[in-house]
Amino acid sequence: MLTPRYGRLDLKAGRVEMTHGAGGRAMAQLIGEIFRPALANEFLSQGNDQAIVPLPAGGRLAMTTDGYVVSPLFFPGGDIGSLAVHGTINDLAMAGATPLYLTANFVIEEGFALADLARIATSMGAAAREAGVPVVAGDTKVVERGKADGLYISTAGVGVVPSGLDLSGDRARPGDAILLSGAIGDHGVAIMSSRENLTFETAVLSDSAALHGLVAAMVAAAGPHLKLMRDPTRGGLAATLNEIARQSSVGLQIEEAAIPVRPQVAAACELLGLDPLNVANEGKLVAVVEPQAAEPLLAAMRAHPLGRDAVRIGTVTRDDQHFVQMTTAFGGKRIVDWLAGEQLPRIC
Amino acid sequence: MKYVDEYRDGALARAVASAIRAEADPARTYRFMEFCGGHTHAIARYGLEDLLPANVRMIHGPGCPVCVLPVSRVDAAIRLASQPGVTLATYGDLMRVPGSKGMSLQKAKAVGADIRMVYSTLDALRIAEQEPGREVVFFAIGFETTTPPTAVALRMAETKRLGNFSVFCNHVMTPAAMRAILTTPDGVPLDGFVGPAHVSTVIGTAPYAFCAAEFGRPVVIAGFEPLDVMQAVLMLVRQVNAGRCAVENQYARAVTPEGNRKAQALVAELFELRDAFEWRGLGVLPNSALKLRPSFARFDAEARFGVETLTAADNPACDCGAILRGMKRPPDCRLFGRTCTPENPIGACMVSSEGACAAHWTYGRFREPVRAVPIEGVLP
Amino acid sequence: MCLAVPAEVTELLADDMARVSLDGVTKTISVALLDEVAVGDYVILHVGHALARIDAEEARRTLALLAEVGR
Repeated sequence: MLTPRYGRLDLKAGRVEMTHGAGGRAMAQLIGEIFRPALANEFLSQGNDQAIVPLPAGGRLAMTTDGYVVSPLFFPGGDIGSLAVHGTINDLAMAGATPLYLTANFVIEEGFALADLARIATSMGAAAREAGVPVVAGDTKVVERGKADGLYISTAGVGVVPSGLDLSGDRARPGDAILLSGAIGDHGVAIMSSRENLTFETAVLSDSAALHGLVAAMVAAAGPHLKLMRDPTRGGLAATLNEIARQSSVGLQIEEAAIPVRPQVAAACELLGLDPLNVANEGKLVAVVEPQAAEPLLAAMRAHPLGRDAVRIGTVTRDDQHFVQMTTAFGGKRIVDWLAGEQLPRIC
Repeated sequence: MKYVDEYRDGALARAVASAIRAEADPARTYRFMEFCGGHTHAIARYGLEDLLPANVRMIHGPGCPVCVLPVSRVDAAIRLASQPGVTLATYGDLMRVPGSKGMSLQKAKAVGADIRMVYSTLDALRIAEQEPGREVVFFAIGFETTTPPTAVALRMAETKRLGNFSVFCNHVMTPAAMRAILTTPDGVPLDGFVGPAHVSTVIGTAPYAFCAAEFGRPVVIAGFEPLDVMQAVLMLVRQVNAGRCAVENQYARAVTPEGNRKAQALVAELFELRDAFEWRGLGVLPNSALKLRPSFARFDAEARFGVETLTAADNPACDCGAILRGMKRPPDCRLFGRTCTPENPIGACMVSSEGACAAHWTYGRFREPVRAVPIEGVLP
Repeated sequence: MCLAVPAEVTELLADDMARVSLDGVTKTISVALLDEVAVGDYVILHVGHALARIDAEEARRTLALLAEVGR
């Protein structure tokens, strides 16, 4: 019997073509030579239209979905592939869930370099293995040139919340302590520094990281005293604190001097006229905890590499207007508001 | 950051605050206008109001170039950007400034206009060099600080013989606006000005002499860090108490009496005074803005594209005019925080984070009593 | 008003350009508006252009005045 021979994908100079999304042999080759080896795990390699995975006994199911459209695709400290894994895991982890499985859907623009695609898939696979959360199912689509900004990734994530644990954005009460796991603004500044139209350089790396390990340590330390967790991504710490205030119908009082910001992040923000409180993070979390458990929880956070610089930044208050108020390092008071519109560099 | 952190020292600020409290005469009120949005922002951002005694009141002036850009010029920029083949390069600050009919550059971009954000005039120049097939128009705004960088770009475009670069000039001048405030018949009585920081690095201290000489108002030029503002307030209190009125310079580390002569000469070479220019909130002010000299007409977008500036009215319910002249405070406006918020700015003062209303809304509204629910029927 | 930051000149480049640093954040800017500028100078940076040199002696004097108020 004749077996036709196909050349392997040209991972040096090759480009994604419309045929790679057409459902034929080219697509099978793209999946077989790029995605399957990069993401390899027992469920994905079954090659079915769905993954059949074991269901752990007990607890409740946590599900999430997320889209990644970051520009540029590669940035200091990460890329869209690792970011998609970390971001999805963190969405699950903020409920105290143990993340179990991820899925990923790639929308690729015609003409996208196969080398870049392979690099992103490899990085995604490495992030998933490091986190111990496999990508069990995937999908690829190719759209015509000009119809996507290189590559978009959509994900879904499933995890299990142990019974007895109930973390939710509406559980903050006056008197609770507000903790932050580390310095803010690294991810946003790393992204902005790699955008060509802003033309500045820093050594700041994105803080992109999977936080479920830190969360597990926190749940172990504070148990039912832990009220809620949030990761301050888009909109920064300011948006996250305002979400908590609104959802829980409380006020928050924070101390500017307590909030860690790296000097280079502060300098980049001065340069662009931005407030570090509005700048995105991808590896930080905010926790609200009953006051008596704040110190043990802080100690547990600081014992974990991703919570080394954890600090208490403030206290939940009673406030009918649900304001987030900050005592400035200068001694005055001000509101910390949501960002109005998109975050744009200012000249005035 | 050197030359920044030293001027944000909270302990020192409290010391200066007690000096102000000790020296301010409790029997009287001091009303000082900080002309610049930079000062307004520092006051709100660092909560300086909490450090000043109640009888020292800061009144927010019109020194925010984004805020004072009139609807008509925003409309003209949108029309320019919508022409085929034109790329409009703009500072990020201008993207959300409302024009008429709820339009903005951001919305024009969403429906297909080629509008690109730049951080520097040189970035705009680079786009013109890299894309010779596009007509690149730089949307130039700002006070005396921002004019010299536009001049440098024009000079470079001339040297490089760039045929596809032009400037839509909206540069305005600080002393003209200060004069307008001082001559407003029903204006608030001001006891002095905190004078511009970076504008003064360019123009020096002399152009403010008329405030003291003609109007008997002291001016203290101050840096934009919070301690700079506090020190300037103390210097103003001392001038008022002593019955003096002079132009003093708190920001001597960056401002000299004569200013930046090289920048002044370059600006004078390329630009000339406009007879009159419309300011959002302040109306048409004589000799208050610049345009390109006729010898640079080939770089003047207004001449090249026949830009027509059609008059467009501000929302009649908006109190920006009175707020910019110091006659009203932001919460006095019935739109403030109801229909007019930073997400949906209606008036000039809500447009930029430096505007009096935006600064008060974003940083200081906890000081106000709880507002009623939004009112219906007042549309942007 | 005008957002501007103090930055240290670290290298002079051709065509009236220079490298500056703010706490490790670096950027190439124009120094065409200054008469003379040297490595080590601090300049006021606005929209990619140096507008003024910071006078270290005056800066010291301002801080000394502030400290005096504080006593």
